[in-house]
Amino acid sequence: MKKIAKENLPKLFAEVSAAMDLFTPVKMADVTNWGLWDDSRVADLDTLKTVKSPKDVFFPQCQTLYMVHHDDNGFEISPMKLTEKPFCVFGIRPCDVKALTVMDQVFLNQEPVDTFYKARREHAVLVSLACHKPAQTCFCKVFGTDAAAPDADVAMWKIDEFFYLEAQTEKGTAWLDQFADAFEDAEGAGDKIAKEQDSIRSIVESLPYTHLSLEGWGPGKVEEKFNDPHWKELSDACLACGTCTFVCPTCQCYDIKDFNTGHGIQRYRCWDSCMYSDFTLMAAANNRLTQMQRYRQRFMHKLVYFPENNNGLYMCVGCGRCVDKCPQALNIVKVIKTMGKENADV
Amino acid sequence: MSEECLCHNDKYVRDALIPQIGIIQKITQETPDVRSFQVIKPGGGKLIDQMPGQCAMICAPGIGEAMFSITSSPTVKEYNEFSIKECGELTTYLHGLHEGDQILVRGPYGNHFPVEDKFKGKNLLFIAGGIGLAPLRSVINYCLAHREDYGTINILYGSRSKKDLVKLEEIQNVWEKAPNTNVYLTIDREDPEWNGHVGFVPTYLKEVGFDTDLTAIICGPPIMIKFCLQGLTELGFSKEQVYTTLELRMKCGIGKCGRCNIGTKYVCKDGPVFRCDQIDELPQEY
Ligand SMILES: Cc1cc2nc3c(=O)[nH]c(=O)nc-3n(C[C@H](O)[C@H](O)[C@H](O)COP(=O)(O)OP(=O)(O)OC[C@H]3O[C@@H](n4cnc5c(N)ncnc54)[C@H](O)[C@@H]3O)c2cc1C
Ligand code: SF4
Ligand code: SF4
Ligand code: FES
Repeated sequence: MKKIAKENLPKLFAEVSAAMDLFTPVKMADVTNWGLWDDSRVADLDTLKTVKSPKDVFFPQCQTLYMVHHDDNGFEISPMKLTEKPFCVFGIRPCDVKALTVMDQVFLNQEPVDTFYKARREHAVLVSLACHKPAQTCFCKVFGTDAAAPDADVAMWKIDEFFYLEAQTEKGTAWLDQFADAFEDAEGAGDKIAKEQDSIRSIVESLPYTHLSLEGWGPGKVEEKFNDPHWKELSDACLACGTCTFVCPTCQCYDIKDFNTGHGIQRYRCWDSCMYSDFTLMAAANNRLTQMQRYRQRFMHKLVYFPENNNGLYMCVGCGRCVDKCPQALNIVKVIKTMGKENADV
Repeated sequence: MSEECLCHNDKYVRDALIPQIGIIQKITQETPDVRSFQVIKPGGGKLIDQMPGQCAMICAPGIGEAMFSITSSPTVKEYNEFSIKECGELTTYLHGLHEGDQILVRGPYGNHFPVEDKFKGKNLLFIAGGIGLAPLRSVINYCLAHREDYGTINILYGSRSKKDLVKLEEIQNVWEKAPNTNVYLTIDREDPEWNGHVGFVPTYLKEVGFDTDLTAIICGPPIMIKFCLQGLTELGFSKEQVYTTLELRMKCGIGKCGRCNIGTKYVCKDGPVFRCDQIDELPQEY
């Protein structure tokens, strides 16, 4: 176990960023999002939830796949280089770490592997911060995440004005060793941390959605849930703005497009949203014509289709971002409650 | 970077989303709005080894990328052929290309018709409408190339008019002359240049009245598929005997962009070929 005083973090960050890219939550114009740290930026480790999740770091909102140049001899294809150097993601929260394992199912664990994502996953050192003040909208426990015990290369807790760090993988140990000078030894801090964990867990117990039941969802429920009459009323107010999909750490739909740079064609991919009406539009037809169908797709994917295809793993980690951000207060909690079982008293 | 760099390790193969360069070696005007493109590697030779029914993504950089069936049979070793209907931005651009021009191609994608097991030894009935012949042509030619593995081959194909029949020359010169093969052609409306059958495919299907010992494969516009299925059911076919392909909008072709699912199935990966009883198990969203 190591520790570092809060006031010494900028020094640590300077050292880390001299050795490797360092991503932290940074506050700009009152909004905290993930960004590349440099000494002009202040890391914001107090804000519980970044607006957009750190999926950006692994699966960027916009990412060039390859360039095509054209001359008299024809085309030349230049694939973009994959990430080749280690980098650090500092302060990622437990639910967002869990979300990476959900995305791994799509991009890593199912052929063909997405090499762009794989290279980033393999080169990342995750330093995950426990959630000392979980919010009313958090329900990570429902999906098996323990907000008090980050499951990453390095687990980190903030107690008083100190950050305590413990390596949990070889990669994590190597990272702590690499920057050993920045840390103080904290053997014997175990009790302190255990006490803090108890406190976190008791807050989690008291959160309004913590005991949400998933009964009625999951594998085998395709027909029953698809035909549930509640979708209509639940989706009536949906604006099709796509906010829920963009802030979600597990939404992985993408589009692939062209950009003419003037010197060549960039083929890039960018996040897309199943909530948009042109997502499935074709010349002769569109298999999802109404917002009800699109809204149903998003939640059926997360709560039924994905678990059916992935041994029961849900495509939601309970981060609560869509609960916070949907302008119409239509969110996954409402869906789970309305159509699930045993939620009458929640 | 040092030699240890993971990216230069075999673990990182070229990403599936990155295409290869293809050269258009031959263009055939099939109908007023369908052209076929034979595509080869820059140095010559076949670009993609595929099974009948599989597709590939064709990209014109700066214009777009879309999925097309590989219409040539796997037994054709020299090139891959695509029959493309002009209907939008990319397809119009492709129609403007010339022999010798380059395109980008990636694939093969999707599953294929079960020519190696379920179809073996069976009497087959192919039913196609319009450009729907494209995916079936690869199966038909595959079966004809392995003639002894299959029973009677029946082909029922229709289009709006005579000039809208894709690959008519091949149909008349090769398929109609193949052993133990029956070809039934039809067009929607009377045409002075046509002395064959006139009428919609589903109606013709019922008129001919095929035996129920056939395995049927249908491809064409959704409405035609629907009425052909009804027709086959009336003739006594069960859904386990009927195969078709589904077509949804696609971007990645590899089950990751999240665009082409029907329930738990991704049409790009788990399809495009489905048996009709399997389709019945999917949510009604196609
Ligand atoms: C598995 C599969 C196999 C296919 N095989 C063939 C084939 O062998 N020959 C052939 O001509 N076409 C085939 N298609 C259809 C082909 O992909 C579309 O015609 C093509 O995407 C249209 O692109 P575009 O840029 O010309 O049209 P756009 O300019 O993109 O659009 C014109 C219209 O086509 C729509 N569109 C976009 N994607 C599709 C799509 N996948 N299917 C239908 N409409 C679409 C657009 O929404 C728009 O309304 C196949 C499609 C799939 C999914
Ligand atoms: S669905 Fe909502 S609560 Fe669940 S992971 Fe996505 S944004 Fe978070
Ligand atoms: S559910 Fe809410 S956030 Fe999502 S698209 Fe509809 S209105 Fe926007
Ligand atoms: S086309 Fe991307 S998932 Fe099928």
